[in-house]
Amino acid sequence: MITIVDFGAGNMRSIENALERIGTPVRIAATPEAVASADALILPGVGAAAPAMARLRERKLAAQIVDAIANGVPFLGICLGMQLLFERSAEDGASCLGVFPGSVERMVTTEKLPHVGWNTIDVTRPHPVLSPLDGEAMYFVHSYAVVPANRDLIIAETSHGGPFVSAIAADQVVAVQFHPERSGQAGLRLLESFVRFAGVGAAHVA
Amino acid sequence: MLRKRIIPCLDVAGGRVVKGTHFRELRDQGDPVELARAYSSQGADEVVFLDIDAAPQERGTLVDIVERTAYEVFIPFTVGGGIREVDEIRALLRAGADKISIQTAAVQRPELITEGARVYGSQCIVVAIDAKREADDGWQVYTHGGRQPADIEAVAWAKEAQRRGAGEILLTSIDADGTRRGYDLALTREVADAVNIPVIASGGAGHPQDLAAVLVEGHADAALAASIFHEGRFSISETKQYLRNRGIPVR
Repeated sequence: MITIVDFGAGNMRSIENALERIGTPVRIAATPEAVASADALILPGVGAAAPAMARLRERKLAAQIVDAIANGVPFLGICLGMQLLFERSAEDGASCLGVFPGSVERMVTTEKLPHVGWNTIDVTRPHPVLSPLDGEAMYFVHSYAVVPANRDLIIAETSHGGPFVSAIAADQVVAVQFHPERSGQAGLRLLESFVRFAGVGAAHVA
Repeated sequence: MLRKRIIPCLDVAGGRVVKGTHFRELRDQGDPVELARAYSSQGADEVVFLDIDAAPQERGTLVDIVERTAYEVFIPFTVGGGIREVDEIRALLRAGADKISIQTAAVQRPELITEGARVYGSQCIVVAIDAKREADDGWQVYTHGGRQPADIEAVAWAKEAQRRGAGEILLTSIDADGTRRGYDLALTREVADAVNIPVIASGGAGHPQDLAAVLVEGHADAALAASIFHEGRFSISETKQYLRNRGIPVR
């Protein structure tokens, strides 16, 4: 069973549908208790960091997510759900969850922003969730990207008029800047590989 | 490297996909959800639904299409057509749409762009512009399904939309739409060069070479097309192969 954190700022529905498609039972969690009892967590999110953090704190989910990660619960952050893991976001000066040292900065590029569309992920450090997807195009939509203080966190990069961090991992935590739930078959394969990594039940692509 | 996107557009009326010429003479082309799923499996990068009825009493039908699509299709999809309020944006995003395209209401009340972007983020606000070439060498914005001149110049309006928080511009040439004689390259290039957000070109695709032209010479980030795909003259995969052979980066 995978638990998706519901904090009212998400494309939860599409992630839920994608997990159902690969045969993974899903639960939606909007309370700290539900997050605390999760076997594996997905933190989704679109939009800006400050309102998202406000909602996570209001609903007392922020501290619970940090605890779950500290307790080794397998975790997948998607897009804003990746960015929130860092200390702060330059987008609106928001202070975030601070699981990892580092910040979220506006992308430095000569190309158009937002970075919208399909772009390649280049795996820079082998990882069971990302390695099977090395070189695949995934769907991105964002203008900010994470800048980890510790570059060892980085497992994949993508280029948009310059490289940026498209995936990070540490212990049981994986986080991606793109949207696997919107990346067609490649995205479903990534979710499958996360489900296997999390050890929360077999998955298969229908 | 970021790929150029190929986006089939499904004009929806009364729960069916239809296509007309110059916004008129509608012909039935099938079930929207089935078509969206088929295009996704052929390699479409996104799908756009435009509710061309845009009648408030039909909104339930559109929400239902969106919910069913979100359940079966795992590529991004945009919904547009007669959307006027932030509440409607919310309902369609909740139903599973990734982006909302606003057009007439954005011209009448540009704050809708700002409000939508503030609440849901620029990434889900697409401003659709229908433009028609004027005798004096520019392009005029039209609203109400291409029937009513808005008395705004298209390039200036695209810049204004960006300033107000639009995440993308969906640019349709009324002159080219339905002709299958190619996109309006000059219009697309003018707009694409004037803004720093992605521009999706629309109207006039008849052959993969038209898509190639608008992606290269027109500087478009994505090409939207309808009848070329619906009538099966070229599949998405054939089109992409054609573009790939010409060195255009596609997925």
